[in-house]
Amino acid sequence: MNAREINWTALVIVVVLFVVVAVMGFLAARWRRSTNVEGLHSLDEWGLGGRGFGTWITWFLLGGDLYTAYTFVAVPAAMWATGAVTGFFAVPYTIVLYPIIFIIMSRLWSVSHRHGYVTSADFVGGRYGSRWLSLAVAVTGIVATMPYIALQLVGIKAVLTVLGLGSSDNVLLTDLPLILAFVVLAAYTYTSGLRAPAMIAVVKDLLIYLAVIVAVIYLPIKFGGWDSIFSSAQAKLGAVNQATGKPAGVFVPGAANYSAYWSLALGSAMALFMYPHSVTAVLASKARNTIRRNAAILPLYSLMLGFLALLGFVAIKAGTKPIDLDGSVNPQLVVPQLFLDHFPAWFAGIALAAIAIGALVPAAIMSIAAANMFTRNIYRDFIRPDVDPKTEAKVSKIVSLVVKVGALVFVIAMDQSAAINMQLLGGIWILQTFPAVVAGLYTRWFDRWALLAGWAVGIIFGTVSAYNVVNPVTKAHFGGSVAPIPGTDFSVYIAVSAFALNLIVAAVLTLVLRALKVSTGEDLTRSTDYAADETDPKVVQIEKTQHFTQPGGPSPVA
Amino acid sequence: MSHAEESGYRPNGEASNGSRLTRDTAIRGPARPAPYIGAGILLAAAILFPLMPQLYAFDAPRLGGLPFFYWYQLLWVPISAILTGTSYWLVTREDRRRRAEARAGGPPRGDAASADAGLGGDRP
Repeated sequence: MNAREINWTALVIVVVLFVVVAVMGFLAARWRRSTNVEGLHSLDEWGLGGRGFGTWITWFLLGGDLYTAYTFVAVPAAMWATGAVTGFFAVPYTIVLYPIIFIIMSRLWSVSHRHGYVTSADFVGGRYGSRWLSLAVAVTGIVATMPYIALQLVGIKAVLTVLGLGSSDNVLLTDLPLILAFVVLAAYTYTSGLRAPAMIAVVKDLLIYLAVIVAVIYLPIKFGGWDSIFSSAQAKLGAVNQATGKPAGVFVPGAANYSAYWSLALGSAMALFMYPHSVTAVLASKARNTIRRNAAILPLYSLMLGFLALLGFVAIKAGTKPIDLDGSVNPQLVVPQLFLDHFPAWFAGIALAAIAIGALVPAAIMSIAAANMFTRNIYRDFIRPDVDPKTEAKVSKIVSLVVKVGALVFVIAMDQSAAINMQLLGGIWILQTFPAVVAGLYTRWFDRWALLAGWAVGIIFGTVSAYNVVNPVTKAHFGGSVAPIPGTDFSVYIAVSAFALNLIVAAVLTLVLRALKVSTGEDLTRSTDYAADETDPKVVQIEKTQHFTQPGGPSPVA
Repeated sequence: MSHAEESGYRPNGEASNGSRLTRDTAIRGPARPAPYIGAGILLAAAILFPLMPQLYAFDAPRLGGLPFFYWYQLLWVPISAILTGTSYWLVTREDRRRRAEARAGGPPRGDAASADAGLGGDRP
């Protein structure tokens, strides 16, 4: 048993900063609110912050949304434990992410602006005239998001553990601070919607930049420069593991690891903007070009992430001991522990608060995004087609609470590795919605049922392949996300091989269904919709105008 | 980059003599391919080069103690940002021209003046 001392100075700083952002979260309900509407009575207002965020707010919001607390904890943890392939791939991943976003996301913004779409499943439904395909996208989104929220809690838990909170003796006391934090989060998300994380993201990102910049300058000086840090890392990762007879990790990938490295980076980059919370942040921006401008300035976060990853190597040199409450080694405690060991308590408090707040922003956006998907693509499409905007907002608010409670139960009741396995699967699953969403932005060539079949095949193949990856030490299933392509020894990220299979199935079945002359469904979009800017009228506005002009004579509106 | 075919520019007779705006009213004029090809090449470079570990999975030469593998990839972050930023400049300039052309040649639009203000005002 490892009884940790509570670090009071750091704890007080964390609590004070937490209270500050909680107050901001509640005040955010009144921020940038349109004057003629009372309250947040529509999904546009509650779930998309009024669809009016400019370039800089979007920068903070997306930065807070994509670079989550779990990223800050897990990437250096992977570097510390197994090195470059599982850890540093996050850098090429977040480099290639932005050119991809630049290409596809402005089109999604435009068509969503024209039609008032709130989720990517809304778009798929409108494009293919198929609520079943839309349902598949929505369910995948919700299911993939839940463990992601749970992992944000794992991030908060890592911070609380190193602060000395929670002992393994009393289950309720262990989790009480976590529950408290989440109740506050749930409350201000409920009242303020997407405005709350948008406002808090500004504080969180500034704190994170401060912590990382100071650590990256100060720690290498303290430990004799990067040269000696990398030497220690090379020695540790090169040491042969007794259980497997292989090196413990990878310092610089060899030829055998190339395919795993690039496919992890590419697959993760393609998957990230299929997640509902990324789409939510994009659709909350006010103009078609906002996301493109952000594609050019968001890489600043990638640079920060790259240096944060290197802190995992710094921790090897520093001899950081990430010992969990039950005495076992938990790599996820590496970065919080590093800050606590080598900085004054007050600065460690700021860094730990940044990580903890960094969990709240994405958790809020994810729960809002999942709730929007439920409301639009399950509640509206399958239960109450005539739902009005006010009810939609109400349903979404309640579902956001349910989603958060679900994630909390996940983390408290189940083993932490269950959340990690689910997150691994979530990444594989969410990429299977890529053909429906992204191909749909460019072409109606694919058949809706073919896309649905491809999605199903991709999900089944991905799940089975991931299950069959066995951890060489613990013999547990879901031992990793890289597996050889069946019949070859070419190892790639499972999400990518499943995606390729998905695409092949969708293409072949499209040809078959076309030959059978199966109905293709109604496409509600026009080619002009995909280039629409914020100044171009929405479809409802055009239809209103046409209604007046139809009988002839000048339009009273234009 | 397949922006060339997206505008669906159809100068329809109805639109040009009245103020009627339909779902198919073109909002952009026809594209010139050059800016899109240029942007496409820059973006393809920003996607492909970081995904080729055979180009950079080496220890030497080190820079400030960082092995080549690490500093090369960190260097690609600002390079990619510059490539994406340049693509933005190329594509947006062409986009602005196409929209202006559609406004001049297409139906008179009530919000044409405010559209210009909106484009300028949105810049940070």
